[in-house]
Amino acid sequence: MSETGILGSLVAIFAAIGKPVVGGFASVGRVTLFALQTIQRALTPPWYPLRLLEQLFQIGWNSLPVVALTAVFTGAALAQQIYTGGSRFNAQSTVPAIVVIAMVRELGPVLVGLMVAGRVSSAMAAEIGTMRVTEQIDAMVTLRTDPYRYLIAPRLFASVIALPILVCIANVIGIFGGYLLSIHKLGFNPSSYLEMTNSILEGDDIMMSLVKAAVFGFFIALSGCYAGLQTKGGAAGVGRATTNAVVGAFVLILLSNLVITLTAFG
Amino acid sequence: MSDHPKIELQGVSKSFGSNHVLRDVSFSVEPGESMTIIGGSGCGKSVMLKCILGLMDVDAGKIFVDGEEITGMKAADHDRVRAKFGMLFQGGALFDSLPIWRNITFALTQGRHKRSSDMRATALENLERVGLGKEVLDLRPSELSGGMQKRVALARAIAPRPEIIFFDEPTTGLDPIRTDVINKLIVELVKDLGITALTITHDMGSVEKISDRVAMLFEGRIIWSGPVSELRHSGDVHVDQFVQGRAEGPIS
Repeated sequence: MSETGILGSLVAIFAAIGKPVVGGFASVGRVTLFALQTIQRALTPPWYPLRLLEQLFQIGWNSLPVVALTAVFTGAALAQQIYTGGSRFNAQSTVPAIVVIAMVRELGPVLVGLMVAGRVSSAMAAEIGTMRVTEQIDAMVTLRTDPYRYLIAPRLFASVIALPILVCIANVIGIFGGYLLSIHKLGFNPSSYLEMTNSILEGDDIMMSLVKAAVFGFFIALSGCYAGLQTKGGAAGVGRATTNAVVGAFVLILLSNLVITLTAFG
Repeated sequence: MSDHPKIELQGVSKSFGSNHVLRDVSFSVEPGESMTIIGGSGCGKSVMLKCILGLMDVDAGKIFVDGEEITGMKAADHDRVRAKFGMLFQGGALFDSLPIWRNITFALTQGRHKRSSDMRATALENLERVGLGKEVLDLRPSELSGGMQKRVALARAIAPRPEIIFFDEPTTGLDPIRTDVINKLIVELVKDLGITALTITHDMGSVEKISDRVAMLFEGRIIWSGPVSELRHSGDVHVDQFVQGRAEGPIS
């Protein structure tokens, strides 16, 4: 009796651990399959260039205000932090160098990624999810149009193209935010600040920034579209899909950011 | 090809987990025939349509269209067969981001923006067939009433001139007059365009107006099928209960 009792609880413990682990692997597998399927279909016609432009406008242009605001405030705050922190060991002069490196390598891509994920992944999941629950996706298939090519591929490509551009803009604005604060509040010399920024920045930094941006862009659209297509069960389902899309995109961005950083410096 | 039924299901089964939605369903629809499947809500009617359309895979059994097996078909071939189908979705399923005329011509352009003036003319021609005019061409689906949305959805389904058309609860949610309008349209379209129709509904009024033949689906099985004239004296207790709309009987 007691033996089966112990065995039973052991099984229960393993089941409790195993289920989410297996479930986790299964969803990673499904998302990967979804990504491969989309890419494979996107490589063959029909293509939808107008849909791509529409999405570039939505993801790129419409995200500019929020991206610019995030960058300028973060750049300025960063300069002040480095100045105050650096003054503890007489390293105030490192402000321009650290602002540019931190902004370009890390904060630019990650902050833009997270902001755009909040804006765009959720919108994609809500739109595609609503289309799913109102049978518009099924209708599209019966009208002989592939939803992967018509809906998913334009979003995926637009996001991968838009994010590097947004990140470049955010980097410049962020550095400019740091510059403004350093000149007007911390008493830096404008020309030597810019000179230092310029001499520190290397091609590799920009490369890393762009690679991260493109990867984040891919994950933003992937998470939004996947959650949207998986939507089940009316308005509540669309709500869940939207949440899943944003949380999924955040996790993927932060995780891949670490992986890319460690790979580059490993 | 003409000696084959237009659509044939052989022993089709489909389940979701432990929920057996379709169990060994077999029937066929002849060319030019209007067949209606009746059954209570959630008895698997919609799932059956989705299986025929290839939107879902079956677990077992075979589905033939014009004698050609479509179960397990490659995507490219499936797309070719799908060109024969039109579908009227229960909620209309119009694309709310597109104007009415782009909705109607969606299958012809496959979502691309081309030949606008031709496409507008085509859209208008199909709109007129369902009793609507050019004033709705540039509206969005959300600006139309439910009955008009259904008619636009019907125009969209017939625009590519399908050989087979599926009607998923075509009259649900409409008032009695709009219901009759839709019923008449379905009968006209089937006659005028020579379309084979497969309808699923639980509206007994429209069953008797639009069908040549009726089958009843209950607990995932076809329990009765026959000409519409025999529907009221089928001799089956389940069918009787359903047709007469009684709460008491074998179906609970």
